[in-house]
Amino acid sequence: MRHSTFFWFFLPTGLAMLLFIAFPIISVVQQSMFTPHEAVIEVVENCGPFGCTQETTVNQEATAELRAEKPLGRFVGLSIYTDRAHLATAEVGEAWRARDSIGGFFKDIGNLPFYRAMGFTLTYTFVATPLLIILGFCIAIAVNSLHQRLKGLVIFFSLLPMIVTPLIGSLILFWMIDSRGVLGNFLQWMADDPDLSLKASTSLTWIMLIVYGVWSSAPFAFVVFYAGLQTLPQDTLESSRIDGATRWQQIRYVVIPHILPLLNFVALIQLMDNFRVFEPIIGFNAEAHATSLSWIIFNDLSGETQLLSSASTTSVLTIIGVSILLSPVLVSTWREFNSKA
Amino acid sequence: MGIMKNLMAATAFTAISASAAMACEISARVNIVGNEFPAIQTVGSGAQACSGAEVKTNLTADHKDIHVAGMQGNPAEYTSAIVANSTLTILMNEDVVRPLDDLVAKHGQNLKKNQLITVGGKVMAVAFMANAQHLVYRADVLEQIGMDAPTSYEELLEAAEKIRAAGIMQNPVGGAYKAGWNLAQEFNNMYIGYGGKFFKDGSAEVTVNNEQGVATLNMMKELAGYMNPDFLTHDSNATNAEFRAGNVALMNMWGSRAATLVEAEGVSDEVKNGFAIAGPMTAGGGTTPATTLWWDGWTVAKNISDEEAEATFIAMTHAIRPEMLNEETSPQAVWLIDGYEPTEAAIGVFAAAQAGSTPYPMVPYQSLLHTALGAELSDFMQGKESAEQALADVEAAYNVAAKEKGFLQ
Repeated sequence: MRHSTFFWFFLPTGLAMLLFIAFPIISVVQQSMFTPHEAVIEVVENCGPFGCTQETTVNQEATAELRAEKPLGRFVGLSIYTDRAHLATAEVGEAWRARDSIGGFFKDIGNLPFYRAMGFTLTYTFVATPLLIILGFCIAIAVNSLHQRLKGLVIFFSLLPMIVTPLIGSLILFWMIDSRGVLGNFLQWMADDPDLSLKASTSLTWIMLIVYGVWSSAPFAFVVFYAGLQTLPQDTLESSRIDGATRWQQIRYVVIPHILPLLNFVALIQLMDNFRVFEPIIGFNAEAHATSLSWIIFNDLSGETQLLSSASTTSVLTIIGVSILLSPVLVSTWREFNSKA
Repeated sequence: MGIMKNLMAATAFTAISASAAMACEISARVNIVGNEFPAIQTVGSGAQACSGAEVKTNLTADHKDIHVAGMQGNPAEYTSAIVANSTLTILMNEDVVRPLDDLVAKHGQNLKKNQLITVGGKVMAVAFMANAQHLVYRADVLEQIGMDAPTSYEELLEAAEKIRAAGIMQNPVGGAYKAGWNLAQEFNNMYIGYGGKFFKDGSAEVTVNNEQGVATLNMMKELAGYMNPDFLTHDSNATNAEFRAGNVALMNMWGSRAATLVEAEGVSDEVKNGFAIAGPMTAGGGTTPATTLWWDGWTVAKNISDEEAEATFIAMTHAIRPEMLNEETSPQAVWLIDGYEPTEAAIGVFAAAQAGSTPYPMVPYQSLLHTALGAELSDFMQGKESAEQALADVEAAYNVAAKEKGFLQ
């Protein structure tokens, strides 16, 4: 393709990306460095159906003047990034100095909202991603070896978890695992413990969220791998069979090398998706046990008083986190691209 | 003859006042945003009865997420927001609602004085209903263990222990203890019951890490011991479902939900017949009930023309006129409207008001503390940290948010 053709071809996409991706990110970064003005508060008498009380309120005239002077608010630099709700540099330093053991240090850190969320987010990402890739791969291999007539039906059912809206899927499971639900009751019977409750235990809640994550995302890996399997070189496969390769050896030495580039792609997308885990936490009402960066943003924005600067800061930290997480995969893709060129 | 004359005069008078009230003529647009439950829907459709200009409503449970944005523009999308004590301060913090004194003088002759919400001497909202959390219980179960309805949380614990020991129910106590807003609200109730103060007078400095705070948390944990182990995932809906299913005998529930609690499908007769309402309970030997009083009312937007503000005021006043009370609307809420006769379901809220309960505080930074409580108390409730540590976390989380919002330096 000529450069000028490519330019005109890419221009609409480029403009859309600039408008809908780059500008919002710049705006978020800017918002994370500004906070609302100091509120001018005063004590006044409030009256209502239940009598009168002396309470504080915001003096609107004085505050409006401040706002008109500097509409963006106060510039606070990176101070929101380092406060307790985010990177908590002072608290982490204090915990390090006061540590009596490494375990105690991590316990203190786990009490800070950002690190608690990171703890779950990273565990979820690094456990769910490999599991769902393996599961997706197994389904793809199994479906591929089915009889032609059965394939369509099985593919449809394998895709169901992805078709169901995440929030609905997690809500259905949430009701089933209730201690009075079908699965919850079954587990109590299995464990012979009538007080067993998935929702009351942090470790069981984590396992449940990870199982849900694997269940809902495996179809994506399956579809990609299944598509890859359709281009499998039949010659190589056949010659390996003539050489006496077992089924496992065929998969290990022919199938896996063939679809390896797809593995990179699936890993890239799923790492990114899982790092932003959000719906299952809401669907499972799991915020008492597991939080994520996306949940922190939601929590900041859903309170009656919205914390815009704090939410922006967490958004920027999420973007940085995703970039760090993806860098190895991106680097390897880049190397592959260069070696081909 | 005399009787007949009187009757006719009365009928004529009613007809005149009804037609006067019905003549709701407005000349500019009205657009209302508010929460979604039967009483508010009644108010919304009442305003829509006005003629002369368009009256739109957007009643949704997500009203809190849109009302500020919908009133910040100039002109504002919404000319009125239906709010409660906690949300009026949010709109006032953002300076999007206007004082109503001139409109009250012009069109508000039928409003009672206690309906007017004044802040610093200016009328900022007009209240139409009251709400509070109070005890809801199973009279039949308490009869079995030989106890009256508890008036304090200590008595409630005693009753719960007896019910469990008698093998009637394993987890007889219900509570909306879902991590987040609900859990924080239960803390607020109990903390007020123990006589705690949220802030230093006249300042945004938080003061919950104290004896009353610790006592509050310990009481909440004791109560949780008699609840379904999933209590941190139970909001009012889930708690009500437990009550309807006959798994719970004692719970602190919203008055606005008590009226229709056992009217759902599939509730057994045992639960229906045993269902009873009482006032709120005290805690720790205190005299102030461990609950908060709430009102719901309407505001008028600031960033709209005076004609639109007047039309909005007329339509909203029309919606809460005394004639709107009838058999269908009366049980929907504890109305603050003239001529309201309390129904059976209202006794809990009335008892709360008569026992000198505290209104939910109307300070600009209360919601920041509410959010901090909701996020930081669940570790304590799970037994992962001490009460002191949980309260220290709450204060730290609140301080960060209050600094960001400019309430603390």
